[in-house]
Amino acid sequence: MSETNEQNIDYMTDSRPIAVGENTPGCKKRDPIVVAEDVTRSFGGINAVDVEYLEIPRHKITALIGPNGAGKTTLFNLLTGFDTPNTGKWQFEGNSLAGVSSYKVARMGMVRTFQLTKVMGKLTVMENMRLGAADQPGERLSKALFKGMWGGREKEITAQANILLEKFKLDAKKDDYAASLSGGQRKLLEMARSLMVRPKLVMLDEPMAGVNPALTQSLLDHIKNLKAEGMTVLFVEHDMNMVRHIADWVVVMAEGKVVAEGPPGEVMKNPAVIDAYLGAHHDVDLGDAEGIKVLEAELEADEESVVGTEDAGILSDIVETKKEDGK
Amino acid sequence: MDFGFIFSSALGELFSPTTAAYALAALGLAVHFGYSGLLNFGQAGFMAVGAYGFAISTLSFDAPFFLALIISVLCSVIFAFILGIPTLRLRADYLAIVTIAAAEIVRYVVTTNQLTSVTGSANGLAAFENTFYAMNPFPEGSYMGMNNRDFFIRVVGWGLVIVCCVLVWLLMRSPWGRVLKGIREDENAVRSLGKNVYAYKMQALIIGGVLGALAGMIFTLPRGAVQPSNYGTELTFFLWTCLLLGGMATVLGPVIGAMIFWVVLSLTQSLLYGLIESGAVTWLTTVQAGQLRYILVGVALMLLMIFRPQGVFGNKKELAFA
Repeated sequence: MSETNEQNIDYMTDSRPIAVGENTPGCKKRDPIVVAEDVTRSFGGINAVDVEYLEIPRHKITALIGPNGAGKTTLFNLLTGFDTPNTGKWQFEGNSLAGVSSYKVARMGMVRTFQLTKVMGKLTVMENMRLGAADQPGERLSKALFKGMWGGREKEITAQANILLEKFKLDAKKDDYAASLSGGQRKLLEMARSLMVRPKLVMLDEPMAGVNPALTQSLLDHIKNLKAEGMTVLFVEHDMNMVRHIADWVVVMAEGKVVAEGPPGEVMKNPAVIDAYLGAHHDVDLGDAEGIKVLEAELEADEESVVGTEDAGILSDIVETKKEDGK
Repeated sequence: MDFGFIFSSALGELFSPTTAAYALAALGLAVHFGYSGLLNFGQAGFMAVGAYGFAISTLSFDAPFFLALIISVLCSVIFAFILGIPTLRLRADYLAIVTIAAAEIVRYVVTTNQLTSVTGSANGLAAFENTFYAMNPFPEGSYMGMNNRDFFIRVVGWGLVIVCCVLVWLLMRSPWGRVLKGIREDENAVRSLGKNVYAYKMQALIIGGVLGALAGMIFTLPRGAVQPSNYGTELTFFLWTCLLLGGMATVLGPVIGAMIFWVVLSLTQSLLYGLIESGAVTWLTTVQAGQLRYILVGVALMLLMIFRPQGVFGNKKELAFA
């Protein structure tokens, strides 16, 4: 690692290799922020998580993908102290997290969101945001009675919250109860609130679930920009489009184990990943006409497919109409 | 029927020391449940700890008033710790079970015969209020129809209610109160933002418990006696009634709730007695009427929950998304 010029690196365009050596499951990273070793967690007889070795690269966006029940969320819980592993060691920035309670993990700079969104429904959006901020003197009982002791910090965090709410298009809603937000808006609020902590590592559990396409695009940009601010992102997501667009690194889990790792382009060509998770035609975007053509060509070349043969029947019509629509 | 008497006695309830005690204890419940989501079904236990702590330290140890007061508050803090340490890490319903049991344990312990010399067993303790009335600054005479002792306890009781309301209001508008409200909504989310949820819940439990202990003292001083039967589970449920009447996550709600509760009890009793004595109602005895008014309170509470679930002062919007 070249410590000398580390300060001058633009994390957005940094293209140095992430891994040291081969991109194999459990490979060493040039600059890991989280290191997990032999972390296992079983529920009854089922091994929900059985990770031999995993490093999360610093200043990168890492996607954690895998089929349902692969142990992604459980791994999140274990790393953030919301659940305790049966065995193993794991550390954040060199500090062991074994036996460290979840709120201390968050204070160290590792903040997560939840798959089932958790917003404080009967607090306003603004109060939700303020709740996220760290280092608030007014949160100590001894100072809470005296507004003079926390009013200044309150103004700071309100300004910080206003900026974030604007970015996440929630500024019009800031005085509404969080419970009045839609599911997608709650996702946004939860993400914005986690950023109020000013974390070093943000862990997002399915951030795009339920968010509309137009907003997805701007959210993707926000997540990318987190990197520019020096944050590291780890997220679980099923939307492969998103993974392909923003992830620098992809970790694939299946049945509790890490089965593949690497840059997105490389991992998505990995036959094991395609079999276990993606499906054969995952890289075709069916949303546009180009995609339909590509799929058609692919299916014609595929010996097992009926498209392009005499047996195609109604399928060929569908493909044709889609092509027309696309134009 | 003497309506003048009926209304004046109802108005008398409005500012009686018992109403002040109920208001304080219900304010404690508001801190517990309304703001922090802690289901405390043992507020009567905190009141008993406060009352007995004061009475025993005065009678058995000849403690001066303020020392007895401090001892009684400390006892309630210890009681809150004992309840909180094992249960606050668990889900909310566990605290409910433990508090209701603990309140009963307190009542049974002070009733045991082996402790008669200290607690007075079922007869309770009496004649511990002299250190309090010795501080009475009001000379003898008539104050709005009350003697100087009755007036003094009302001034102290309601003064305490006002001070506590202001303190709770100041706390709840602060970031500290915001964390508590966050815990009420979702404690895991608050934890994920780096707040020590356990410590906050413990602080809330202690503050509400201390309010309960102060209420226990205000409750017991004008009576000049503390008896275990006064601190049964029904006391806790009356306090919950006051809280729900007024509005859960409000400061004034529990106070107004306690006032409404006692005025309604007094009005229904006087009206029913009046009707029976004037011969208009022949199918009730005065004893039955005493029971009936609690039934009416129950019916009123049900109607309130159906038509105004947020209570008198509650914010309807907060309930719209329950």
